[in-house]
Amino acid sequence: MPELGRAALVVAFGLIVYAAVAGGYAAFRGRRRLHDSATNALFASLGAVAVAALVLLAALVRHDFSLVYVADHTSRELPLRYAVSAFWGGQQGSLLLWLLVLTGMGSAAVALNRRLIREILPWTVPILGGIASFFVFMLVFVASPFATAPAPADGVGLNPSLQNPYMMAHPPLLYLGYVGLTIPFAFAMAALASKRTDERWIVVTRRWTLASWGFLGFAILLGAKWAYEEVGWGGWYAWDPVENAALMPWLVSTAFLHSVMVQEKKNMLRVWNVVLVTGAFALSLFGTFLTRSGVISSIHSFTQSSIGAWFLGFIAVVIAASITLILVRLPLLRSPTRLESLVSREAAFLYNNLFLVALALTVLWGVVYPLVSEAVRGFAVTVGAPYYDFFAIAFGLPLVLLMGIGPLVAWRRASLRALGMSLLWPTGVALVTGALLLAAGAGSSPAGLVGYTFASFVLAAIVLEFARGTRARRSLGDDGWLGSFAGLVGRNRRRYGGYVVHAAIVILLIGAIGIGGFGTTRAPRRALAPGATMRIGAYDLTYLGSAQRRTANALEMRARFDVARDGKPLGVLSAGKNRYFAEQQTSNEVAIRSDWLRGEDLFVIVGKFNNDGSIFVKVLINPLVNLIWLAGLVFVGGSLIAMWPDAREQRRLARRFAYAPA
Amino acid sequence: MDLAAVVLAVLLAVACVAFVARPFLREPAPEDDRLAELSPQERERVRIAEERDRALAALKELEFDHRTGKISDADYRELVAPLRRQAAEALRALDPPRNEARPKREDVRA
Repeated sequence: MPELGRAALVVAFGLIVYAAVAGGYAAFRGRRRLHDSATNALFASLGAVAVAALVLLAALVRHDFSLVYVADHTSRELPLRYAVSAFWGGQQGSLLLWLLVLTGMGSAAVALNRRLIREILPWTVPILGGIASFFVFMLVFVASPFATAPAPADGVGLNPSLQNPYMMAHPPLLYLGYVGLTIPFAFAMAALASKRTDERWIVVTRRWTLASWGFLGFAILLGAKWAYEEVGWGGWYAWDPVENAALMPWLVSTAFLHSVMVQEKKNMLRVWNVVLVTGAFALSLFGTFLTRSGVISSIHSFTQSSIGAWFLGFIAVVIAASITLILVRLPLLRSPTRLESLVSREAAFLYNNLFLVALALTVLWGVVYPLVSEAVRGFAVTVGAPYYDFFAIAFGLPLVLLMGIGPLVAWRRASLRALGMSLLWPTGVALVTGALLLAAGAGSSPAGLVGYTFASFVLAAIVLEFARGTRARRSLGDDGWLGSFAGLVGRNRRRYGGYVVHAAIVILLIGAIGIGGFGTTRAPRRALAPGATMRIGAYDLTYLGSAQRRTANALEMRARFDVARDGKPLGVLSAGKNRYFAEQQTSNEVAIRSDWLRGEDLFVIVGKFNNDGSIFVKVLINPLVNLIWLAGLVFVGGSLIAMWPDAREQRRLARRFAYAPA
Repeated sequence: MDLAAVVLAVLLAVACVAFVARPFLREPAPEDDRLAELSPQERERVRIAEERDRALAALKELEFDHRTGKISDADYRELVAPLRRQAAEALRALDPPRNEARPKREDVRA
């Protein structure tokens, strides 16, 4: 039913453009019924887009190759789960997913906040409509997923790298993060347009921002896990432009989540916050552009397309319009309060913001530099990992230190003596940890040693914060230690959820330093013949031989290794390659043996199968890499604590907005 | 062309148009079609309520920071007075007839 899909998108186009134009007119002229009608159009567009999405999904599942998109991204032999994930495996499907999430989140945000912010909402609807107009325009006129052609006997199939369980969850989560950042942006711009620059837009978008940021962060880690297992070079993050595309808005929204607290507590950084929310949204658009335009050659940019110029134009319009609005409303955004002391929580947040934004801009420059150099000099000069590693260490280590110091500093101002007392324990723990690690030989990686010392400082500071807070609460009442702890977290969810997220970042750091600074790699130049043994660290790998197996959609070639550690047999590992028939592509299928007790992975990559039965192989020992995945779970837990609804806060807000009756 | 698809598409379009037109169909000739806006007084009250909440939150933070040893006794004494004054001024300016507008114990307790 491609006609129904096309028609649903045309209906959605009409509804969304109406929401933008009629909604804008209603807000400008103050027309109530027209505003309600535009809001209904936004809600209805969700239904129309959902119909289009269902039509595409049905076509993918039914292998309806009369749709060019289905023929280009699936094949008859493709397992059902990957036929479903092909929805976001290509450009047109991704755009449709963007629009579906945008209309869904936009409708939910408008519906849930109708009573709280009735003065801002009339402008929120046309701004959301304006953003959605771009995507629905692309889907109707530029990159339709419902284009048809005579159906081939079989489809081209899905890129083998995308035939992975992590790729079923990574893109939708990433888009929830990207698109979610539209909500705080739309409300911020609506607050500026309606001249209601008080705290309301921040209050109503707080959880949306947290949720989007959480989705984005978790999606980045899922992408890293996918890269680790599927791409098969032995690492977890390669500073690939498309990986960076998700990292940049995450860094800027992290800065926003911190600086927005300063506005809530001190009514400061009001201009900075709207700049950050605009930057985060613009970077999320830029991320989609990088992923989908094929402008930068990378393992992720599977498609070359004509949408690039449209996207760049839209990003330019968004940035220009936002800057104009911010400049016009600058007098309303002037902050009545000033920083009281350079030694205070708000000052720590400010420093953290500067480092986060500097890191995001550094990554941005690394991503666009090849484009700039190609435009100016005629050939692309790629920025490599050393560039990113240098700045990640230069900006990242102070950030880690601030994660430890910030929570120990009081709001408004703190005496150096009080700060010194607070820092005593974490500093002691850090120094002891550093000395022990040095004695254990960790000095082979100076940056790693410093990183671990800082990490122990932050973890000690977090533990100290929980301990002091629990003790303070216990001194207030009859609750036991457990009750006081639960009360502490329950009554300050954002703060203590934030500390759990800090702990996740530190755990990730420990894992990243482990694999980056203390890993071992061995790639013999000579081919390994059956029966030969190679040694790496305490491991012995004996190559037993290779075998082939034909599955529904691929030929699997596997080399088998008998693995032993210190002479003790650990079993057999199989690594190799898959050759996909329909896609005419080959994928790396690595073998990973995780040792949770030792905290390390044995990682085996087969580079080439030779005709004489020998193979070229690369083996790595990746210490502490599993902490990176553990960090993802802790991150999700912390984010959930931070965004969990708080009935007391809701009551407080209801009291505040009781002065603005609905 | 698939007839069922055409029928479904027409139904979808009609349902959407009806939903969008609903505010006009429900109120063909309303007495007042203007978007509700806060009066300057109401806006001022929201601003003061924000000030009140900010001052109460700052007091709560200050108490907590003092109790956990992040702030010295001298700094605490110096900072607490203006915050209490701010909160009191905001409460006085609001002068709510409703009991719930008064700060509850939970507002200042960490």
